[in-house]
Amino acid sequence: MKRIYAIESVCMNCQLCAVFCATGHSRSKDIIKAHNREKVLPRLFVEEKRPVSFAVQCRHCDEPFCVQSCITGALTKSLEGPVVYAEEKCVGCWTCVAACPYGAIRRDVDRKKIAKCDLCAELTEPACVANCPNQALVYEERGS
Amino acid sequence: MTKYAIIGNSVAAVGAIEAIRSVDAEGSITVVANEPYHVYSRPLISEYLAGETTVERMAYRPADFYEKNGVEAILGVAAAGIDFDKKSIALEDGQSVEYDKLLLATGGKPFVPPIVGLDHQDIFTFTGLADAMKLDEAIDRVKDFVVIGGGLIGLKCAESLHKRGVKVTVVELADRVMAAVLDVDAGRIVEKSLARKGIDVVTGDTVEEILGEGGSITGVRLKSEKELPCQAVVIAIGVAPNVELVKDSPVKVGRGILVDDMMGTSVPDVYAAGDVAEGRDVLMGVTRILPIWPNAYMQGRAAGMAMTGSPRGFAGGLSMNSIELFGTPLINVGITDPRDESFEILTRSEGDHLYRKVVLRDGRLVGAIVVGEIDRAGILTGLIRDGVDVSDFKEELLRSDFGHIDLPADVRERRLFAL
Ligand SMILES: Cc1cc2nc3c(=O)[nH]c(=O)nc-3n(C[C@H](O)[C@H](O)[C@H](O)COP(=O)(O)OP(=O)(O)OC[C@H]3O[C@@H](n4cnc5c(N)ncnc54)[C@H](O)[C@@H]3O)c2cc1C
Repeated sequence: MKRIYAIESVCMNCQLCAVFCATGHSRSKDIIKAHNREKVLPRLFVEEKRPVSFAVQCRHCDEPFCVQSCITGALTKSLEGPVVYAEEKCVGCWTCVAACPYGAIRRDVDRKKIAKCDLCAELTEPACVANCPNQALVYEERGS
Repeated sequence: MTKYAIIGNSVAAVGAIEAIRSVDAEGSITVVANEPYHVYSRPLISEYLAGETTVERMAYRPADFYEKNGVEAILGVAAAGIDFDKKSIALEDGQSVEYDKLLLATGGKPFVPPIVGLDHQDIFTFTGLADAMKLDEAIDRVKDFVVIGGGLIGLKCAESLHKRGVKVTVVELADRVMAAVLDVDAGRIVEKSLARKGIDVVTGDTVEEILGEGGSITGVRLKSEKELPCQAVVIAIGVAPNVELVKDSPVKVGRGILVDDMMGTSVPDVYAAGDVAEGRDVLMGVTRILPIWPNAYMQGRAAGMAMTGSPRGFAGGLSMNSIELFGTPLINVGITDPRDESFEILTRSEGDHLYRKVVLRDGRLVGAIVVGEIDRAGILTGLIRDGVDVSDFKEELLRSDFGHIDLPADVRERRLFAL
């Protein structure tokens, strides 16, 4: 399946991927409201240690440790490939946070829920990839 | 067409069913369980007791799970015996279930030590939904509870009871709470967070006698001769593997049912997974019972694959818990409190809210405790699971924001970008 990968040599740590991710997952789809009012968290992490930086999203693993560890059934692996998250079932136990080797699952402490990349299921290309000004994110098939 | 039978209807069973159906759409699958419920999330019984969830919301898989997977579920009926030669399971109601491949996923049952006074009313265990329901009913007539056992299950129970407004005292035999998975420092942090909420924790002591009059409990007497007044007791010392069905059978049992890396037992076509199974630990080089949810799913999955004849094997069990008590989250992975000199230990702490410890052996990460800032702790778990050499950046592991960025570029490219 297609997955999101970073190209660290061209990432400038501008954080636009995080901004567009949070906005895309907001109800208002408005940058300001998404951050200030809805407090939507980005479903990705940008790591930086100058001069290197890159974004990390859920890898939608073939054998996902998060799914196999989830105690409530909130995380499942779909037949089509993506690891699907049913927010209403999450109780914020953070077992997936302990299990995910990519460190790709964010804690939404206020809501006691996790937040995780859904590949922007309703878009043709994930928002982080589509809006990266330097094409430092690609959406393609690789080994895993 | 293969006839699959599974005894047990919890997470190991689900792991097996999902694995079998990923390969074999034809075979028949029969699940037998003495618990009468649709498959539910056992860890959530503490949320249920706290009044924070409902039976419906505890479903681990959707209501049509059995139907969609073509599973015949015989629920509320215990398996009474197994004839391994005839490949037939006798149920307590007289039915029998024939199989070609059998999975034993009977889990654990609460361990109840020999205490004087166990014949009183209002003595509970805490491992299933039925236990939580009984406790829920008792709360109205009880003001003070004593919980025996300061492990994960005892503390989760104590927290839920506290949330319901009753007074709770936890009695733990070891010198600290959660001794099986935490070290002294992390255990103290947990104890303090309980104390701040008004839950008393007595360590280094145990209940020798439950005191009472006319069947009702009035208190407990500890080994130290101290007495604690209470009207109800929860025994949460631990779970013992449910191995009755294979007693005096050719299925070999150590502490649990002994399994190889395909989850096969000593009897052909018979497999075991989850809290009942004693399988290989990935770090310790021994077999042991690892009574945690993720391990049960993964073992169930490995068993299911093997039962279909396309074994993938099991990578080995890894101890891992994530628990949040009164707002303090903590995660433990792997070997967390080694006593032997060959391990290298690094720690960092800040007050009572932050603690981070990593354990190395031969330059490889083998264990971690993270209290407080637990975000992305899974990166450590991944390094442990894959046996990555961390000696060149071991100090970085202690930073709360430790990430892939701290890995050598070649390691990172392989792990993160599949390059
Ligand atoms: C309160 C509590 C909190 C927990 N919290 C966590 C947590 O946060 N994280 C974590 O990783 N783990 C946690 N655990 C542990 C976790 O629940 C277990 O590791 C897991 O449930 C094991 O699954 P299993 O499939 O092996 O068996 P079990 O869940 O023990 O289920 C056993 C099944 O076998 C059936 N059965 C047994 N004997 C028979 C028989 N003779 N005939 C028919 N059916 C039979 C039972 O009805 C049941 O369906 C917790 C446990 C408890 C009790």
